[in-house]
Amino acid sequence: MSTRLATSGRLIDRSKQVAFTFNGKRFTGHAGDTLASALLANDQMLMGRSFKYHRPRGVVASGAEEPNALVNLGEGVTHEPNARATTTELFEGLKATSQNHWPSLEFDVGAINQKFARFLPAGFYYKMFIHPRPFWKHIYEPFIRHSAGLGKAPDAETRDPDTYEHFYAHVDVLVVGGGVAGLQAALTAGQSGLKVLLIEQTAFWGGRTPVDGGEIDGKSAEDWITEAVAALEVMPNVTLRTRCMGSGVYDHGYVLGYERLTDHAPEADGPRHRLWRIRTKQVVTATGAIERPLSFSGNDIPGVMLASAVRDYVVDYGVSIGDRTVVVTNNDDAYRTALTLKKAGLSVPAILDVRVHVHAPPLVAEAKAAGIRVLEGMGIAKVVGGQRVKGVAVCSQAGEGAMVEEIACDCVAMSGGWSPVVHLWSHCGGKLLWDEEHAFFRPDASRAPTGADGLPFVTTAGTANGHLHLNDALQDAHSAGKIALERAGGKAEAGAVVPQAQGPDEAAMTPVWLMPQGAGYELKMKAWLDYQNDVKVSDVQLAAREGYESVEHTKRYTTLGMATDQGKLSNINGLATLSNALGEAIPQVGTTTFRPPYTPISMGAIAGEARGEIFQPIRKTPIHAWHEKNGAAFEPVGHWRRPYCFPKDGESKHDAVMREVKNTRESLGLLDASTLGKIIVKGPDAGRFLDMMYTNMMSTLKPGKCRYGLMCSENGFLMDDGVVARIDEDTFLCHTTTGGAEHIHGHMEDWLQCEWWDWKVYTANVTEEYAQIAVVGPHARDLLEALGGMDVSKDALAFMEWKDGELAGIPARAYRISFSGELSYEIAVPASFGQAFWDLCMQVGAQWNITPYGTECLHIMRAEKGFIMIGDETDGTVIPQDLGLNWAISKKKEDFLGKRAQERSHMTDPTRWKLVGLLTEDKSVLPDGAYAIKDGRNANNQRNTQGRVTSTYHSPMLERGIAMGLVLDGPERMGEIIHFMKDDGETLVAAKIVSPVFYDPEGEKQNV
Amino acid sequence: MTHYSAFSVFRHALRGNKTWGRAWRDPEPKASYDVVIVGGGGHGLATAYYLAKEHGITNVAVIEKGWLGGGNTGRNTTIVRSNYMMPGNTMFYERSMKLWENLSQDLNYNVMISQRGQYNLCHSPGQMDAARRRGNVMRANGIDAELFDRAEVRRRLPYLDYTENARFPIHGAIYQSRAGTARHDAVAWGFARGADRRGVDILQQREVTGYLWEGGRIVGVQTNRGDIRAGKVGLCVAGHSGHLARMAGLRLPIETHSLQAFVTEPYKPLVDTVISFGAAHFYISQSDKGGLVLGGDLDMYNSYAQRGGLPIVEHTLASAKALMPSVSRLKLLRHWAGVMDMSMDGSPFIAKTPVDGLYLNGGWCYGGFKATPASGWCFAHTIARDAPHADNAEFTLNRFERGYQIDEKGMGPKPNAH
Repeated sequence: MSTRLATSGRLIDRSKQVAFTFNGKRFTGHAGDTLASALLANDQMLMGRSFKYHRPRGVVASGAEEPNALVNLGEGVTHEPNARATTTELFEGLKATSQNHWPSLEFDVGAINQKFARFLPAGFYYKMFIHPRPFWKHIYEPFIRHSAGLGKAPDAETRDPDTYEHFYAHVDVLVVGGGVAGLQAALTAGQSGLKVLLIEQTAFWGGRTPVDGGEIDGKSAEDWITEAVAALEVMPNVTLRTRCMGSGVYDHGYVLGYERLTDHAPEADGPRHRLWRIRTKQVVTATGAIERPLSFSGNDIPGVMLASAVRDYVVDYGVSIGDRTVVVTNNDDAYRTALTLKKAGLSVPAILDVRVHVHAPPLVAEAKAAGIRVLEGMGIAKVVGGQRVKGVAVCSQAGEGAMVEEIACDCVAMSGGWSPVVHLWSHCGGKLLWDEEHAFFRPDASRAPTGADGLPFVTTAGTANGHLHLNDALQDAHSAGKIALERAGGKAEAGAVVPQAQGPDEAAMTPVWLMPQGAGYELKMKAWLDYQNDVKVSDVQLAAREGYESVEHTKRYTTLGMATDQGKLSNINGLATLSNALGEAIPQVGTTTFRPPYTPISMGAIAGEARGEIFQPIRKTPIHAWHEKNGAAFEPVGHWRRPYCFPKDGESKHDAVMREVKNTRESLGLLDASTLGKIIVKGPDAGRFLDMMYTNMMSTLKPGKCRYGLMCSENGFLMDDGVVARIDEDTFLCHTTTGGAEHIHGHMEDWLQCEWWDWKVYTANVTEEYAQIAVVGPHARDLLEALGGMDVSKDALAFMEWKDGELAGIPARAYRISFSGELSYEIAVPASFGQAFWDLCMQVGAQWNITPYGTECLHIMRAEKGFIMIGDETDGTVIPQDLGLNWAISKKKEDFLGKRAQERSHMTDPTRWKLVGLLTEDKSVLPDGAYAIKDGRNANNQRNTQGRVTSTYHSPMLERGIAMGLVLDGPERMGEIIHFMKDDGETLVAAKIVSPVFYDPEGEKQNV
Repeated sequence: MTHYSAFSVFRHALRGNKTWGRAWRDPEPKASYDVVIVGGGGHGLATAYYLAKEHGITNVAVIEKGWLGGGNTGRNTTIVRSNYMMPGNTMFYERSMKLWENLSQDLNYNVMISQRGQYNLCHSPGQMDAARRRGNVMRANGIDAELFDRAEVRRRLPYLDYTENARFPIHGAIYQSRAGTARHDAVAWGFARGADRRGVDILQQREVTGYLWEGGRIVGVQTNRGDIRAGKVGLCVAGHSGHLARMAGLRLPIETHSLQAFVTEPYKPLVDTVISFGAAHFYISQSDKGGLVLGGDLDMYNSYAQRGGLPIVEHTLASAKALMPSVSRLKLLRHWAGVMDMSMDGSPFIAKTPVDGLYLNGGWCYGGFKATPASGWCFAHTIARDAPHADNAEFTLNRFERGYQIDEKGMGPKPNAH
């Protein structure tokens, strides 16, 4: 059984008890425990079920590489599925439940799948479920979807109560990994005075070394680590962070760090996670190495663990996995586990070493001297047991698995060698080389990730660079730190003394990809490569046999390495199995791509503060608060919220809109038009530039005058419109649509910067500098005169003129322009005066029953006048000629954006649909987006079309539906009746083609 | 070659799964083929498949510089739909949808076509109007489309944010019930196996480095492993279209951009459909394996690198949380990018090129995966008959000369439009 030992456990505080529950059962652990170590201390070996066969799963590792021990953490709003027990720090009141089983962890009906494993090999679903066709959708797929997935999905209503934040760091050297190599690299870099950031994913410094032992400069490794951290802490140029994982390396020295601030202390204040967005000149990856499992039958049974993990649980947490542990290995390092266990008073019945030693290397000799039985040339034929290890059948590694003897045990500590963690190195293009001696991939320093200057920006250090021996790792880390600091422009401290470490020499390892090497199908079918996804040696061999020969094909066909651990344990073993099956060398087969993040990171952390309402900032005009207070019904327009209308108590939106139109047309209305884009275009070439941007001639506009302009894309399509005012000889102010301000400004800059970079023009988007208020209706002039301060008479401020001055003491610019056909002024005041000016208009205008109006009223009034609206009449495929706007296209100009495009054959095709007005015979409102049908049918036997509705409203002035639309030969078909199809696809509505100007066609209302 | 069925799975299992043959051969190339397709992704393999199946042209090679299905076919968000409204697009994508619906049976390979529907959310009255119009066009073309109001969307997708102060309030949605997803790798493998069965040679790990010319006509390709002659050469190389066309002296109206995709850890079913969040350019579905599959916008700089930058990572994940607040504590497992062949109007090309003997299939922008079967079907037709089918008649290279942009997005054509 697994249990807490009486002594040892360097990371736990035995004086502090921590209560927690697992599947509702109450347990106790110690401060410093991980959930995994605490469960193991309570003999809870079984922690989950595998993905496909629902095999019992216990913990296999002790860190981020763990594929098995995944649990649901917390409940309700703090529920987090797929939490790794090995990296979950224990806290008081922690609640965990196991995943992917029914009805219980111990008895899972889904485990029946393993009985049929033979019939469910890799990719079986591509070959089955083809017939009968409806079965896939209705039976097979729903079943698969239900069975798949691991953790419980959150409830729909769940709202995460925690906050997340982003942190921006700019450093010279970033060191990822706080083991001895990371500490040494940071010391070397830090001593140069450069700005250094050192991050470590766990809660403690030193990595594996305190567990593995060894001496540095004559001190215990632990003492050296304490001193190194102390030395770094006093360096003002060095920042250290634990619980902060290097998540990904991106182009140009951009690195993502993932700091877990309160996962271990949920009651604490502050954000739960912090995403570090690090800009660094150089990165040193000191990310260590991960031990590999061995592929033998039954290597997935709970109790079979990595040898290093077995050692970790004893040394770090004072937990023994079993009373009797068989060690199986192809290298010396696993002997440390045997010796550690022995020292802790536990039994090690045998070490199965696939190698045969002529001269025992130091660790082997030490094990033998300690009385441990070492069986050389031996391996495991299969593990005996179901939910727990009961024993192992020992066989010769060279054979086919004939049992030599059976050894009773309750734990198997396996070691297939080590793989450097090369993920961060590889994220941004760093290449690897295959190291034959150690049978692993390590970074190829000659092919490092390069930055914008073409020079390397990542260096790797220590075990992550393939140096497994402590002293080699230290020397390498110093050298990596030096390379990084020099590349970052620093100068290494002269005469720096590099610490020297002592530790036993180790003999060469022997690669073992299958145990025993002649294992038959029955054994290979139970030799797991990917524990979580249930991929076995036989699956990879099947993929190779079927021609899925690329490592990417094998991965995708078998799902090897696609689990939540992304193959940290399984990829190299799977790759070697594939290369053996193909008869190719491992480096020829290559690896799959390493992708960020290193381990999964919370979506909350990536989103940061961008949540709910502040996901993207809402833009508000200076008068927004007034609108809110006065009951505006808002609609989103671009990133703005604009009042759609202002319903009074008990009034429907429709009624409010009708009232607003009538009131404005009959007396006086007020519109907050501040959202309209305002772009200043200034400079000696401003006129010439605007002549290119607009279809109209702008350079001839006189200061003091306004002109309505159309802007087309290079392809000729109408993209925006608005009134241009010439402020002075060199300055224009261009109004754009509400949604268009930013991209029109970008469009202008695009042309200025890329094509006409030598033109003397400057642009500035001043949209938010002004509040702009439209005063509209027969009493508009009365109101402005009552405010006083500016002559706005017909002669002093004629239609399409503007002037500066004061209104009621507020600096104001008045444009006499009209989008409604009414007498109308748009008054721009500094944004800070917006509310005051609005209030004055409301007060003084009360005598004319002034009414604020919203966007829908604006739309109706413009439609009554036949004015087009960008986004309604246009959709990116419409040219001004389609809309009868030829009058706004200069014939004199040699060129403007879109001119050539509009001369192309399809643009001049007489059959293009053209703008007309539409009046229904029954006065109803035509449905928006409805199509006019035509004789004949298309290839799908549907009715042909000859036009469509672009704008449609009920006009309160005409007391009927009015619409605009694009119709085939429309302008030539005045008076003709055509039929529009309703949404139901059947009902037709008859409408007469008319002029699009429905109201005051002579324009008398504004001509006063 | 084994016919796939539950029975064959059972039969081979009894023999220890040792008797399965190759899904496709690894042949030595012939000196010459009637047609050489460059690019062993979904489109290239589908083209070869339909050349053989529909036109009896079996002396065909597909040449792939890496491993088949390793480009955008193997790195997209697997969405299949036909909710198009521009003439020129509608019939083409609907043909694709119809081919999808029977593809598993046609190929005898389960491509896991999963018609769980697709919602395009609308966030303003204006977007609802636009959706209504789109629905009208779709239905007029015999494509299914339904318009839902806010209450109906809420009933169907209860896990979205319906709070009053949601940043982009949900006004409704347009829904295509026949849309959904398919298993992207299986599409490449299924077409590869189907083409191979009909005699097509699939040549992997062979990079085209140039063309063979005779009298101004292309008569084959040069590769890093020798020349191969061909009666006709078809390009299906997506993000590398510009590169391969330049070798033939052509300059295409295509730019290459990288587009990222994201997958979370696997969870029990949460999203049973495909949802597009138009306001923030974001879409989400959940794979059969349980991972939430997320997509967003282009990185907006030209690149051949199959990786993206942080701004889009952040934007996409923030969009996910804004739309579905409950995902906050779920975890991102992996993200990557593909290189997109962005055309100038968002619509593709399936056409003869001005160079004799050279045919182009490209410009797929974001939408290549869903087009795969029809793209292959129409390209095969174009190559075999030397003339386009009616369904791809508008996907010509000269449409820009004529001003006939097929701009589905309705924002004006530009290279990063879709």
